[in-house]
Amino acid sequence: MNSGSAKGKVRGLDDTLATIRDGALLVVPADYGGVALEATRRLVARRIKRLRLITLPTSSLQADLLIGAGCVEEIETSGVSFGELGPAPRFAESVSDGSVRIKDATCPAIHAGLQAGEKGAPFIPLRGIIGSDVLAHRPDWKVIDNPFAQNDPIVLLPAIRPDVALFHAAMADAAGNVWVGRRRELLTMAHAAAKSVVTVEKLFEGNLLEDQAMAAGTIPAFYIEAASVVPRGAWPLGLGEHYPEDRPHLLEYLRLARTRQGFQDYLAQWVLSRHNG
Amino acid sequence: MDDIARSMAIRPEEVFIYALSRQIGEARHVAVGANSPLPAAAALLAQHWGNGTPLVSLQEIPTHNAFTDGGRELFDAAGQGRIDVFFLSGAQIDGAANINLVAVGDYEHPKRRFAGSFGSSYLYFVVPRVILFRTEHSRRTLVERVDFVSAPGTSPPNVYRPGGPAVLITPRCVFAFDRARGRFRLETVHPEHTLEELVEHTGFQFEWSPPVRTTPAPSDEVLSAIRGPVAAKLYQLYPSFAAQVFGSAPPTR
Repeated sequence: MNSGSAKGKVRGLDDTLATIRDGALLVVPADYGGVALEATRRLVARRIKRLRLITLPTSSLQADLLIGAGCVEEIETSGVSFGELGPAPRFAESVSDGSVRIKDATCPAIHAGLQAGEKGAPFIPLRGIIGSDVLAHRPDWKVIDNPFAQNDPIVLLPAIRPDVALFHAAMADAAGNVWVGRRRELLTMAHAAAKSVVTVEKLFEGNLLEDQAMAAGTIPAFYIEAASVVPRGAWPLGLGEHYPEDRPHLLEYLRLARTRQGFQDYLAQWVLSRHNG
Repeated sequence: MDDIARSMAIRPEEVFIYALSRQIGEARHVAVGANSPLPAAAALLAQHWGNGTPLVSLQEIPTHNAFTDGGRELFDAAGQGRIDVFFLSGAQIDGAANINLVAVGDYEHPKRRFAGSFGSSYLYFVVPRVILFRTEHSRRTLVERVDFVSAPGTSPPNVYRPGGPAVLITPRCVFAFDRARGRFRLETVHPEHTLEELVEHTGFQFEWSPPVRTTPAPSDEVLSAIRGPVAAKLYQLYPSFAAQVFGSAPPTR
């Protein structure tokens, strides 16, 4: 079970999250990918600081909560919003007043940057983007002439190599293999990041790599730093076919988070009081 | 004509959905992005009408798309030309079809900050037929020049661009986009709206020529499809939107 390491990969939540340090370049998935929100609340209660957050490629409550609680120095994203429930209040205010630095991106650029990262390549080309103000505000993105054609400008994006990937998935086995099914952006994220930290709904009995059907949707343990079993770990967001999002709770968050004081009240009730010690 | 269709007047959203749906054309694969219930309704209506064609992929709803290679697959498929139609909107849309999903005012110190550009900066270039939509038709939203270009309406000839805007649909009218001239031309005005009203409420210059035609209203048959099978799916996928348009309870038929 321990695969030669000093301790097993399936650990208590605080132990698992110890990998994520102040100032980390942290990549997290969109709501449909499996968001580790219980872990996020624990990081907020720990008063983590100066995160450089990358959303693959969008976020809602996770980014808004971390930003509102003062845990984020910089965010690279294609969009932070609660979809049809409304805009993300702490994100909008903090980006507008400059307290959080933003690197505006577009969805395929974040996917592509991580793909370059997982290949160990320095950059990757992507179509589109030319002539946009997104490009104008990204001095780290370059336009070159396609060397395989004539007069064909194309954007180059630098590889993204996060310190840590954090996400929530359906299950892990005792060896630390993590099953994500068709949520394959989580494989890209885990490949590109130096370390991956995962919460899962439950422990799988047996080894996920021994069954071909399961292995195809599994992240091998050698990418995984640590995993914790946290049932309903995405709440109040949903997790695939396991449970839907808790809309009344999200609406209550949006009602409170319209003001700084309301957001502090939400933090006190739902985050700090439940994660002390 | 069935009871539901007979029992109530045509809603503005139903005219909007039908107008969007008519623009989809002979597509094989239509994709719908985040937070786009009206386009989703239009795509589902087209699919209902076409007995399952086109394929409709709702990007953010895993149970309603066929992708198995993660969030990037939509963009990879679009880059190869496999997605025929996509829908985009913007906090602001200007007379040259530039769209702004980022900020009003100065970018560094915005008056209003929005979610972000999502996939627009890429999909606007590679999807052949992009249908623009804006649910508020006013001088605030339809402007002469956007404050931030999430994605440009046109590109210089040497920029790879098989795609771009085809039309802009609002609650008042349908504009067609002339890619060669880089401007909008009035296509049709929705029932119960007027040309004078458009001139008053549109912040950009647009071309038009008489006679001004009216946007076709949905027939009783189309209304039955919208209020029946399409509405039933919308209650599952976009419950707030469905309740707002069709009432708090799903149809019982």
